[in-house]
Amino acid sequence: MEPSEIQKLANLAMLDINEETAKETASSITDVLALIDQLQAADTDGVAPMAHPLDAVQVLRADNITESDQRDTLMTVAPQTDSGLFLVPKVVE
Amino acid sequence: MHNLTIAELVKGLQNKTFSSQELTQQTLDRIHAVDPTFNSFISVSDERALQQAKAADALLAKGDAPTLCGVPIAQKDIFCTNGTLTTCGSKMLHNFVPPYDATVVDNYNAAGAVMVGKTNMDEFAMGSSNETSFFGSVKNPWDTNCVPGGSSGGSAAAVAAQLVAGATATDTGGSIRQPAALCGITGLKPTYGRVSRWGMIAFASSLDQAGTMTRTAEDAAIMLQTMASYDSKDSTCVDHPIDDYRASLNNSIEGLTIGLPKEYFGEGLDPGTQARVEEAIKQFESMGAKVKEISLPHSSLSVPAYYVIAPAECSANLSRFDGVRYGHRCENPADLEDLYKRSRGEGFGDEVKRRILVGAYALSAGYYDAYYNKAQKVRRLIKQDFVDAFKDVDVIMGPTSPTPAFEFGSKSDDPIAMYLEDIYTIATNLAGLPGMSIPCGLVGDKPVGLQLIGNYFNEAKLLNVAHQFQQATHFHTLAPQFLKGDK
Amino acid sequence: MQWETVIGLEVHVQLATQTKIFSGASTVFGAEPNTQACAIDLAMPGTLPSPNAKAFEYAILFGLAIDAEIGERSVFERKNYFYPDLPKGYQTTQLDEPIVGAGIVDIALEDGTVKPIRIHHAHLEEDAGKSLHEDFIGMSGIDLNRAGTPLIEIVSEPDMRTKEEAVAFARKLHSIVTAIGIGDGDMSQGSMRFDVNISVRPKDQAEYGTRTETKNLNSFKFMERCIEQEVQRQIEVIEDGGTIRQETRLYNGDTHTARAMRSKEEANDYRYFPCPDLLPVHFTPEAIEALRATLPELPDARKTRFEENFGLSPYDATIIALDANTAAFFEVCAKQCDDAKLTANWLMGEMASQLNSNDLTIKDSPITAEQLAGLITRIKDGTISSKIAKKVFEAMWQGEGDADTVIEKQGLKQVSDTGALEKIVDDIIAANPAQVANFVNAEPEKRKKMLGFFVGQSMKASKGQANPQALNQILMTKLNQAANS
Repeated sequence: MEPSEIQKLANLAMLDINEETAKETASSITDVLALIDQLQAADTDGVAPMAHPLDAVQVLRADNITESDQRDTLMTVAPQTDSGLFLVPKVVE
Repeated sequence: MHNLTIAELVKGLQNKTFSSQELTQQTLDRIHAVDPTFNSFISVSDERALQQAKAADALLAKGDAPTLCGVPIAQKDIFCTNGTLTTCGSKMLHNFVPPYDATVVDNYNAAGAVMVGKTNMDEFAMGSSNETSFFGSVKNPWDTNCVPGGSSGGSAAAVAAQLVAGATATDTGGSIRQPAALCGITGLKPTYGRVSRWGMIAFASSLDQAGTMTRTAEDAAIMLQTMASYDSKDSTCVDHPIDDYRASLNNSIEGLTIGLPKEYFGEGLDPGTQARVEEAIKQFESMGAKVKEISLPHSSLSVPAYYVIAPAECSANLSRFDGVRYGHRCENPADLEDLYKRSRGEGFGDEVKRRILVGAYALSAGYYDAYYNKAQKVRRLIKQDFVDAFKDVDVIMGPTSPTPAFEFGSKSDDPIAMYLEDIYTIATNLAGLPGMSIPCGLVGDKPVGLQLIGNYFNEAKLLNVAHQFQQATHFHTLAPQFLKGDK
Repeated sequence: MQWETVIGLEVHVQLATQTKIFSGASTVFGAEPNTQACAIDLAMPGTLPSPNAKAFEYAILFGLAIDAEIGERSVFERKNYFYPDLPKGYQTTQLDEPIVGAGIVDIALEDGTVKPIRIHHAHLEEDAGKSLHEDFIGMSGIDLNRAGTPLIEIVSEPDMRTKEEAVAFARKLHSIVTAIGIGDGDMSQGSMRFDVNISVRPKDQAEYGTRTETKNLNSFKFMERCIEQEVQRQIEVIEDGGTIRQETRLYNGDTHTARAMRSKEEANDYRYFPCPDLLPVHFTPEAIEALRATLPELPDARKTRFEENFGLSPYDATIIALDANTAAFFEVCAKQCDDAKLTANWLMGEMASQLNSNDLTIKDSPITAEQLAGLITRIKDGTISSKIAKKVFEAMWQGEGDADTVIEKQGLKQVSDTGALEKIVDDIIAANPAQVANFVNAEPEKRKKMLGFFVGQSMKASKGQANPQALNQILMTKLNQAANS
């Protein structure tokens, strides 16, 4: 894998990665990809993908309000707030 | 007092041999004195612990104390603890104090346990050596030049060093069993869905399972009894009857059928480790168990499948750490993208970033079928191997880890070598089965773990088998050198 | 060159549940910022989603209402992208196994024909929060109250060819959603939002042109204007030798303009995969049938009933049956005044134009169904003429009371008293000898036509309050007398 591909993935994953790290990561990820490429040898014809270890079914919740206003508590751990809002650099759509 | 088991501590507290406050104070003093060597705790909560101990003593005096009333335990720093720093071993959460408790923590609080602190771990539970923690690596109490294993290395070391009698841990690919093996203690990973994941910071949601680190199987039974609960807040938690785990500990294992997967005794297994494991099997045979060679034909694919599925899930699970609502935020972001990229770039360590990138790759357009979807199919094949095997055997045994504890730095630059540490443990996570590691002797001066794999929700059987072994052997009582003469 | 427009819609409908799709926090609109965003909605570490049964029931009801296949098994997936209004860094949505499969929605066109619009599928997902762009020291404020509000996204096939069809389709969806009570349909609060996919192609070309997607339309009017503008823009670009870029556009309801979004949509790779925190959701055929039994009358069934029971024309019935509130208003009014046709005329005439120009829905009408029935009754019993009735309606709209009060207060009662009318007619005949002479000299068959002048004059003299039938009668008698004398 090329460092440029690593940068592309890093953009998707919103990770700041410098050139040096991109190079190192490219080589270690190439090894990881070689490892996971062993999967290709498996015969999986007719096998359904398994997303969960147990064949369980979702239990649904009744539509009752259980949460009260916790803003002040939850916001104590926020880096930057104003007037009950989380602040971020200007959002440009 | 530090060498007492949970069962013994419970007895001592209920018989008023000592109070919880005495016990807790001693535990805290010992952690402050001893742990700087091992670094098994990220934070020690003296004040909270002593408050809980005081409340426990009041309950004990009244005579209607719950199971673990007054017993000091440690929580892995992956569980959210209301009002107490919860870092997940990461710079990203170096300042995060959750305003809520994990269900596991709730359950321990309800059982009257005293939480003395939060144990060190690989960052976001990604690692097998505890070298990826932002708070420094944990030293193995048996040999401080060696790793304790990971990711629950702090919990394993704390129990091995007898700082606490029990600690919680989590296991995504072996993170309970492998450090338990490397630290010479008893580690239990229950069936996926047995213990609630609510408030446990997610690494790979379909693989993560909370469990226990103790010195004995009996203590593991006591702790699991406290941890296991049905929790509607976790959709993947299963509403399955909870056994009385202590009740069956003394059942005879006469006639037990043990399956030995031939794939677990092949190339890459340290000869010394293999010898200890084979001796342990002989011990079981001498106790009336039958042994059967079995095959788990897709074993070799479990590491590759895991290193697609776990990174894929983690790449999404870790997206919430964006510097907006909590956690690390970079200085003076130029714009929104800069805020995201630098907060995450600075907040996450290399291994976490590597897995996020691998996960993003496995899910990206054009690769999804070849990697993610393929891995999920292989996952089914791996599960089916076990389902077939359990038609003929009661419990599967083998080594927990291919080698005893290794030296710091010996694998940290080679992710693949590190990933292969979990070669025998990963398949049970993919299949969702319960697994244990119990001490089965030493290679040189380092402990070796015997892995036990049980059928779905059959933790009681695993605990029974492990307990019977521990009744007949002394391996679980072996302690690191530094504890000799330390009573 | 003759151009054809091709339109497909993606419609987001907020479901009227008490709580969020994955948390027990309230969904009530308009609360203080972040007071309805609980730990789950904020994606705090270790929190997990807990899906709301009602959201599924509502989605299934919608599917049943459009005769769609219901997914007995549906699966949530994660759609990964970073945005401050998306706390988890992914949206939990459905992709390959949605809760509602393909269905059909019929729309009535103005020419009275019916056109089926195919629904590709409808899926459940969570709404995002809001970025507030007012200035906070050069920053944006994030309010996550809306984050996690349950949505169904209804995806149509590109079956619409005109803006009128698109609006008719949107209105029909609105009517279904409100009829079955799964959404409040309040567009001003964003309860229903439209993304419109638009392309143009030469009239006889088989393949579609490149499409653009305009997001964020929350009124039928905006949608109509947006389509009009976008079609125009695309045609101009192509006729000027350019090509259409596949892009996402954002409509601004204040300036009525759209522009391409700055964030590069094409650079996105959403990396969908099944959400490992959630399990497949199963609904048995029995559970689905039990939900079907709770479905209220749908607009199409109501239309048929209005035709059969009230004798409405298919067109009138379609229009009135479309909206549940309008239909209920109609039924109350028509039953009370016992005149369905007049009720329909008033609803589609005066009422509709007042509501339209005041941008109100029938729920907000200052005139109740009972009051309108009172007005129609006074037309029928001859107390007022239709013309005066419009004046009375106007006054009622202004809040001056019910029909009888207005008629009384303004003295609008029709003059039917023979003596008073004879006096008026006599005065008109006396004042217009030339016209009377013309009338007298005309052929008897032409006289009927000439009567209009005298009716107009007399009506004017009565300030419009003369009973037209009585007035006609008296005029005929008096003028014929003049002719025969």
